[in-house]
Amino acid sequence: MNKIKGKAYVVGDNIDTDQIIPAMHLVYRTDIEKEAKNYGKYAMSGINPKTIEVPFIEEGRYESDYTIMISGKNFGCGSSREHAPLSLEKAGIKAVVAQGYARIFYRNSVDGGFLIPYESKNRLIDEIKTGDEIEISENILKNITTNKEYILGELGDIEGIIKAGGIFNYALQNGFMTK
Amino acid sequence: MTIIEKILANKSKINKVKPGDNIWVDVDILMTHDVCGPGTMGIFKEKFGEDAKVWDKEKIVLIPDHYIFTKDKYAMRNIEYVTQFAKEQEIKHFYKPFTDDYKGVCHVALAEEGHNKPGDVLFGTDSHTCTSGAFGQFASGIGNTDAAFIMGTGKLWVKVPESIKFQFNGKFPTYVMGKDVVLQTIGDIGFDGATYICMEYTGDAITELNMEERMTICNMAIEAGGKCGIIAADEVTKEYLKERGVTDYKVFNSDTDATYHSTYNYNANKIVPVVAKPYSPGNVEPAEKLSHIEVTRSYIGSCTGGKTTDFIAAAKILKGEKVKIETFIVPATRNVERNFETIKIKGETLKEIFENAGCKIGPPSCAACLGGPEDTFGRTHRDEVVIATTNRNFHGRMGSIDSKVYLASPYTAAASALTGKITDPRKYINKIEVGIDE
Repeated sequence: MNKIKGKAYVVGDNIDTDQIIPAMHLVYRTDIEKEAKNYGKYAMSGINPKTIEVPFIEEGRYESDYTIMISGKNFGCGSSREHAPLSLEKAGIKAVVAQGYARIFYRNSVDGGFLIPYESKNRLIDEIKTGDEIEISENILKNITTNKEYILGELGDIEGIIKAGGIFNYALQNGFMTK
Repeated sequence: MTIIEKILANKSKINKVKPGDNIWVDVDILMTHDVCGPGTMGIFKEKFGEDAKVWDKEKIVLIPDHYIFTKDKYAMRNIEYVTQFAKEQEIKHFYKPFTDDYKGVCHVALAEEGHNKPGDVLFGTDSHTCTSGAFGQFASGIGNTDAAFIMGTGKLWVKVPESIKFQFNGKFPTYVMGKDVVLQTIGDIGFDGATYICMEYTGDAITELNMEERMTICNMAIEAGGKCGIIAADEVTKEYLKERGVTDYKVFNSDTDATYHSTYNYNANKIVPVVAKPYSPGNVEPAEKLSHIEVTRSYIGSCTGGKTTDFIAAAKILKGEKVKIETFIVPATRNVERNFETIKIKGETLKEIFENAGCKIGPPSCAACLGGPEDTFGRTHRDEVVIATTNRNFHGRMGSIDSKVYLASPYTAAASALTGKITDPRKYINKIEVGIDE
């Protein structure tokens, strides 16, 4: 897997899809770029302001300064909206590191090729602070700011789909479909 | 094997599967709607070609239902987009908005229109697709990319889930609804207690429930992270299907020696009305312990709590009364809406009961269950405290980030509408025990 490097944005447990992208924004077409960039603009706009120290995205911008999201348990619970991993991708998130995921979000992230959902046994939200410089290489997460390293869960079965860039490429490469 | 293992094995043409196996299954129905349809169709065209044809035009069910009664220009554009796609692809089952074909909320319409069948594999671009598990079938929510893959190939890979068995013996009290049953189980296993897992409901108390109550239970499997919910088909299921002309299906049952992730046994007689507090459907407490909480709005509707059974329950409580707080009534479908005019309690139709009680009645759709565009009927805009028969009480779920949602049964939501506080419906036990007119 390619190395991912950038700033961390830390959120809590049970980050649901309404926090990631509130339903009122699900109207923009995903296949028209000038509309789709709104998903970046409104990414994480449903989060309780009391639970965060700094906004994920500055007002009026379409991309976030953060590259890696660090979360606790049950990330992405709720709706099946694929707009959730899409909006994080549009905002510039390359990977999420959480203690666990809701199934549909996890699957959407992988099959749509939006971002890499890493799992961590450690509760990294207690170890990493928003703004820390992070590097993920294979399944090692290094916090450059604190100079600490953590081992993430193996990607397992899904690694092939992630490397292919999503389920369509994977199916084509493996003969499950023909174009 | 469990019922879900048997269904998945059958649809992948494998004799035996076990939890954790990754298998390719043949899909019987793909359901999509106005919110995820355009994205799915866009990916389908991108991946299979502008002129590509869907794998089976009779197996795609297109039910716009989310953002229908709004002036939002993007929402209207999306309805036009799916309409055009349905025309190009000659989609047989397209329930077009603003025509007589319009139905309303997809999960309820799927059942009413006879698209649910025991033994089938149904995927939908909506997390509450698990509702259809009430018919003894595999039904699960997926994203646009997976749906586009099915649209082109008729197949999808699935990981065979483990199952948790929820066994309810005895008989549910009259004041307990399917909503209380499912909330109780989510409270017991936790908000992520069934992640990746099939929630199987069984026992003589479950078999006593009608199809709509079973749908309420399976509908909320996703709120515990479940991949699906399931109730094996029985005579009640067969009767419901017969009324809709559906006779070709295959009934599966779990083996008595099937292996489960875990089993929860309940005495149905002891279940009480419960409420899920903000901001998690697993944050469950008995309604009677929350009687100090003031609510400013009651909302009865959605795929979870907007079916005919739900409104009969609400009407029993509201009959002859005036609501103390603003109360929104949103039938899930046109069919439910029609029942408002024909079903009577002591000579008064449901519609008359709601109107005389001072409720606001909206047109059938998902409406404010998930907030939606600014002008959505029943959407929150301030710091409203809502008691709702819907399925999620996440932060900002019904619109305003400052509003709060308490999830409850139609009995509890209606009882609370009369008092302005969270109210255990046993306060109105005499009303609950009244039947509808023959």
